[in-house]
Amino acid sequence: MSFISLLWVLLLGSLLGLELIGKVPPTLHTPLMSGANAISGITMLAALTLIVKAGENVPLLIIGSVSLGFALFNVVGGFFVTDRMLAMFSRKPSNKK
Amino acid sequence: MNLPVIIKFSIDLLAVLLLALGIKGLSKVKSARDANRLAALAMTLSVIGLLSYYLGTSGIAIQSWIWIIIGSIIGSLFGAILAKKVPMTSMPETVALFNGCGGMSSLLVALGVAIFPLSNSVENLDFFKSLINEVSISVSIFVGAITFTGSIVAMAKLQGWLSTPGWTQSKVRHFVNIVFAVTSLIAFFDLINGNTSSIWLLVIVSSLLGIGVTLPIGGADMPVVISLLNSYSGIAAAAAGFVVDSQLLIVAGAMVGAAGLILTQVMCKGMNRSLVSVLFGGSLSAQSTTSSGSGEYTNITSCSVEECALTLEAANKVIIVPGYGLAVAQAQHTLREVTKKLEQNGIEVIYAIHPVAGRMPGHMNVLLAEADVPYEQLKEMDVVNPDFPATDVVLVLGANDVVNPQAKNDSSSPLYGMPVLDVQEARTVFVIKRGMSAGYSGIKNDLFDLPNTSMVFGDAKKVLNDLIGELKDLGVGEK
Repeated sequence: MSFISLLWVLLLGSLLGLELIGKVPPTLHTPLMSGANAISGITMLAALTLIVKAGENVPLLIIGSVSLGFALFNVVGGFFVTDRMLAMFSRKPSNKK
Repeated sequence: MNLPVIIKFSIDLLAVLLLALGIKGLSKVKSARDANRLAALAMTLSVIGLLSYYLGTSGIAIQSWIWIIIGSIIGSLFGAILAKKVPMTSMPETVALFNGCGGMSSLLVALGVAIFPLSNSVENLDFFKSLINEVSISVSIFVGAITFTGSIVAMAKLQGWLSTPGWTQSKVRHFVNIVFAVTSLIAFFDLINGNTSSIWLLVIVSSLLGIGVTLPIGGADMPVVISLLNSYSGIAAAAAGFVVDSQLLIVAGAMVGAAGLILTQVMCKGMNRSLVSVLFGGSLSAQSTTSSGSGEYTNITSCSVEECALTLEAANKVIIVPGYGLAVAQAQHTLREVTKKLEQNGIEVIYAIHPVAGRMPGHMNVLLAEADVPYEQLKEMDVVNPDFPATDVVLVLGANDVVNPQAKNDSSSPLYGMPVLDVQEARTVFVIKRGMSAGYSGIKNDLFDLPNTSMVFGDAKKVLNDLIGELKDLGVGEK
């Protein structure tokens, strides 16, 4: 993948983000922030790549593994907590005590 | 293209599509929960895609598997436990913590690649390629470190573990931060020049910069900072994408980066603050005590909980204005009990939600939803404002600046232009408040002086509890 095409990917990804998020009502800003935050843990793919390419290099394996741990903490925690918040919104009014 | 490449490419495309649909779906209440799961599915797919690609090409060594499993289990386990246990009122600091860890992950990847160049080592690359490599490593470290330390400081301040030190409110902090920034720039260029040892300088100085920038910012501005740091963690991920040559990382990182920026802008607008003043202005209350906190209250009416209950009982329509103070007092469940009683008496109850009510935009909605308030009763500012003239009683709970009529009437006020709730249009306004202290802007609230406003002094939770008692005595809601 050439550097120029990666730059294109960056540009189009940013534009996509601006478009998608410009239309969210304030009500959902906290869940959205937490959901987007979970997606930023996609850096786990970089950590995985690092571990796979580390070969026999133990220090690098450890760095990759710690990095993967941090990323997954972000991803798993982020999605769970967002789901918890959104579950409250979808509760039906008829359920009230 | 061989088969593993094609498979990975297709999975990546699908993952990007699902991520975009996920973010899009999060914009509607009905689809939000499914959309969040869709995004989680996309992330899972992306991992499967990457692993199957390596299995199909170079293979994955057994020791790699071991370290992958160790890292995954520990990270996921702690993440899941924290997500399940944390109370809803602590949401801002939780997001800050998760976010900081994302930044840390990008930082570590870049650091690892910098110290131990990967199999296609840097020496084999041409000058241009190795330059790009160095730049993306440096950016990833710089942004990752700021995200991490900034988020941790933000979390500590929101938790009350850290207060704002006095020196950070003086001009010294600008000098200190400029020194950090310039030093990291020097380390940055030194690194690009091929001096690998300056990487440690970059790590240390950018970490310090993250602390130095976040520390002076007051608690009420913290949501803006977290949102900005959320954007940074996206940028850090995109930079890590350049380091390991992954388009998917770049797209997802860029999307989150753009999202965070938009959200930051929305929050600033709601608080009538510019991003520049949040970042460089220090704590707002510290500045404005000298300027326009002027003016004494001349016409304060205070009343007892009993009077408040009597007025509520006679009302047909009640609007509740919840704010930061309610969130801090964790009184949302008590509030719900009060409104339940009123509803049982046939009184119409509406919650007016200012865009920045609570500790983050949208946070109040989450808190009220947790307390079982039906979603239909939560009305946004623009929808509810025309309703105030036809309202008998407004109950202001721990909100202050968002109900200050100065923002509409007084062009000399620092609040002028900020969107506010027109509560003064209602027949009677009760403000439940601990004392006469100003809101976080430090500005006098003209609402308190109006003849139709009565103050009920006390802690939100205690007042609401007393209110329940009084309403019970009046026989409200007992059928």
